[in-house]
Amino acid sequence: MSISRRVALGVAAPLLAIVFSLLVTSVVLLFTGAQPLETFQAMVQYAGRPRTQVLIINSATTYYFAAVAVAIGFRMNLFNIGVDGQYRLAALVSAALGGALHLPRVLHVGVVILSAMLVGAAWAGFAGYLKVRRGVSEVISTIMLNFVATAGIAYLLAPGRLAVTTQGSNNLGTRPIPESGQVGGLPLVPGTPLKVYGLVVLAVIVGAAFWFVINRTRFGFDLRATGMNEAAAVASGVDVRKMVVAAMVLSGAVAGLVGMPQLLGASYTYSLDFPAGLGFTGIAIALLGRNHPVGIAVGALLWGFLDNSSQILNLRDVPVEIVQITQGVIVLSVVVAYELVRRYRVSAVQRDVGRRLAESPPPGGDGPPAAAATQGAST
Amino acid sequence: MSVDEQPAEPAAGPAPVAVELRGITKRFPGVVANRDIDIRVTKGTVHAIVGENGAGKSTLMKTLYGMHRPDEGTIAIEGEQVVLHSPADAIARGVGMVHQHFKLADNFTVIENVVLGAEPRRGLALDVRTARRRILEIGRRYGLEVDPDALVEDLGVGDRQRVEIIKVLYRGARTLILDEPTAVLVPQEVDELFGALRELKAQGLSIIFISHKLDEVLAVADEITVIRAGTTVASVKPADVTARRLAELMVGSELPSPQTSESTVTDVAELVVAHLSLTSSDGRALLQDIELTIHRGEVLGIAGVEGNGQAELVETLLGIRQAASGRVLLGGEDITAWSTRRRREAGIGYIPEDRTRHGLLLEAPLWENRVLGHQTRRPNVRRGLVDRAGARADCQRIVDEYDVRTPSIDVLASALSGGNQQKLIVGREMSGEPKLLLAAHPTRGVDVGAQAAIWDLLRGARAKGLAVLLISADLEELIGLSDSLKVMLRGRLVADVDPATVTPEQLGAAMTGADATTDVSTGGEAA
Repeated sequence: MSISRRVALGVAAPLLAIVFSLLVTSVVLLFTGAQPLETFQAMVQYAGRPRTQVLIINSATTYYFAAVAVAIGFRMNLFNIGVDGQYRLAALVSAALGGALHLPRVLHVGVVILSAMLVGAAWAGFAGYLKVRRGVSEVISTIMLNFVATAGIAYLLAPGRLAVTTQGSNNLGTRPIPESGQVGGLPLVPGTPLKVYGLVVLAVIVGAAFWFVINRTRFGFDLRATGMNEAAAVASGVDVRKMVVAAMVLSGAVAGLVGMPQLLGASYTYSLDFPAGLGFTGIAIALLGRNHPVGIAVGALLWGFLDNSSQILNLRDVPVEIVQITQGVIVLSVVVAYELVRRYRVSAVQRDVGRRLAESPPPGGDGPPAAAATQGAST
Repeated sequence: MSVDEQPAEPAAGPAPVAVELRGITKRFPGVVANRDIDIRVTKGTVHAIVGENGAGKSTLMKTLYGMHRPDEGTIAIEGEQVVLHSPADAIARGVGMVHQHFKLADNFTVIENVVLGAEPRRGLALDVRTARRRILEIGRRYGLEVDPDALVEDLGVGDRQRVEIIKVLYRGARTLILDEPTAVLVPQEVDELFGALRELKAQGLSIIFISHKLDEVLAVADEITVIRAGTTVASVKPADVTARRLAELMVGSELPSPQTSESTVTDVAELVVAHLSLTSSDGRALLQDIELTIHRGEVLGIAGVEGNGQAELVETLLGIRQAASGRVLLGGEDITAWSTRRRREAGIGYIPEDRTRHGLLLEAPLWENRVLGHQTRRPNVRRGLVDRAGARADCQRIVDEYDVRTPSIDVLASALSGGNQQKLIVGREMSGEPKLLLAAHPTRGVDVGAQAAIWDLLRGARAKGLAVLLISADLEELIGLSDSLKVMLRGRLVADVDPATVTPEQLGAAMTGADATTDVSTGGEAA
């Protein structure tokens, strides 16, 4: 199968899913009395504004970390639903640490980010440990650990513990991180004072590292092999227990980064209104992006677009929640579409191989045992 | 090939036909699995279909059971020509199949398993009473007694098979396909099964019995169709043939012989296993006090009915399972506590029993499959990174040297036929100069040509000093390739056999434990 055809097949599924979900959304829009085409047009126009573009990129940066964290698990058939708890706990602890420290500029940022990764890794690694030692499904344990994290954060985020009160507000947050620990924005989009999160650079680096580790290293090979066929991986010498813990730790470490753009680039404090639920967004985007670093980037931008450009709908008296319908349908249909494309591809390759073998003699001339093989059979 | 002689059938009148297959041809990538198959199954008979592993029996039965559609040819069931799109179609036409590997839910009761997918309902609830009554009725009528309320996980193999047959009968099957039904049974269970088959036959049902065990076929069948290299080569009555003649029909006149030439056994022990025992998680003994030695240049065969501990032995030697007690030495070094990876690095090759489950990444390209099992070694990996160029070049070498039929090393492993997948695995496991090869059914499901090639490869590697542990259900292969033979029964090695003098019949008897005395043990083990 040619490369162009492979790429076409790879893009076909998400494209189909998006078109299908737009159709469904249109139907819903019609029910609410809005004109679908006009609505979409308004969203696209709104997204064309520099300010919205910055917001889209900033959302996508955050989503990207969450989706990569989920994708690391997915590549090994591990379902890390706990990204949500991992990044919130990581953000809280690292925010408190960052607010309490006074360090030189680069070091300060490094300590905050590293501590967030460690907390995320530990929280996810615990689920990995439970799976390996106690046979607890990571699906169950990570969901449970989300609740534990929520409760733990509620306990810690109190005056006298990690939080301080701000005057004139009943919000609670950690002590703000001083300037030495902040990451400045990048003025990438002209025509707006808003800046893109500086940590967008880290997102690119994480994406590249993810691709390299998965595709080019022995560790990545073991991880993918375990995901594709655990029994064969075991027979090949992979220690699946170690791999489970390692994959969960890595996934959690990346999850720890989810809160960083917001923390180091915008709020500088972990407060009661710190964004929650990004871990679940990450699951959706990882599915949409097929656990591939580039696919995830596209998915994250699409999500950012839908989330931010939908704000215009308020002005047009269309409920903003319509976008969640679009997102939900995308995820559902993309799963179906991928499976259809996968099956089509497997049988297409088989037919292709059969045809090419039938029309050409075996490559490299006939070896001695070649004679009988064509009349054989498979069972 | 045109329809040849419908063999001498002077039976009284035109017997009603249960199933008739005419001119069935089925192609798979790279191979024609079936071509011009003609079979006519008379109602109320046991019709055996025999052929070697890989001759195309299973493909044919999948065609008849609607699991795939033939490229050419017609199927007629009870005189009516049909097109089967799915097993559901086949079941609706009264054709049922009992698979070689049971498809039962262990944590369900017999009733639940039987009715699964065809549940009698009373309102919204499962009508257990009706189901139980019908199951007991089927049991009484055909001599298939099973406790309907027992959990399947508590049943023995013979009972599970009865449940499978009842399941098929429950759905109203009038023609039963039994795929290698005796492979997992002990002799008494085989007798019981045959008793049940006679009962079914007497009640007018038809049985298609797939096997390569010729003595069983001769004992139970009314008619026999022989399949070789994907096509029907003869239809005979058991009274007219001997097992020997049937075997000749199965493999053709020119039999590829697994015979090894002269002994290459050295007196250097490569693998020494001492008092090895293995216990299952629920405390059952899977292996008991295994003692064996394989020298460089020696093939040690393990004979035994499947499920008597052979797979467990291989997995323990590979380090996938942890032995309860005992020691394993490789080249004099104690490897008992080593991980699987370390053992593989030390030179243990592994040809798994189930290649798609344990030997391949089906959705990965061939060259990545070359890396599997050799992830820590050159030419696949260098300093923790996958060496794509090295792995690809070496994969191409295997494809060329081992005659793997593929257009490229970038196709997915799932695109290859079974025989070519097997050749890829054999080539991979022979790479990197292994010291010990654990070969479980190395030629299962491959065509005759590939089989001969794999035998040659094993012989060649043995001559260069490779130690081989060979497990096979093919007794000819075992006797022909092995320098020494041990018989395994219920997790124990119960007899030593000299492959130079033993006959398949004697070996078969020893395997079933009917005759595990010393009269076959003429001191086969060398040195």
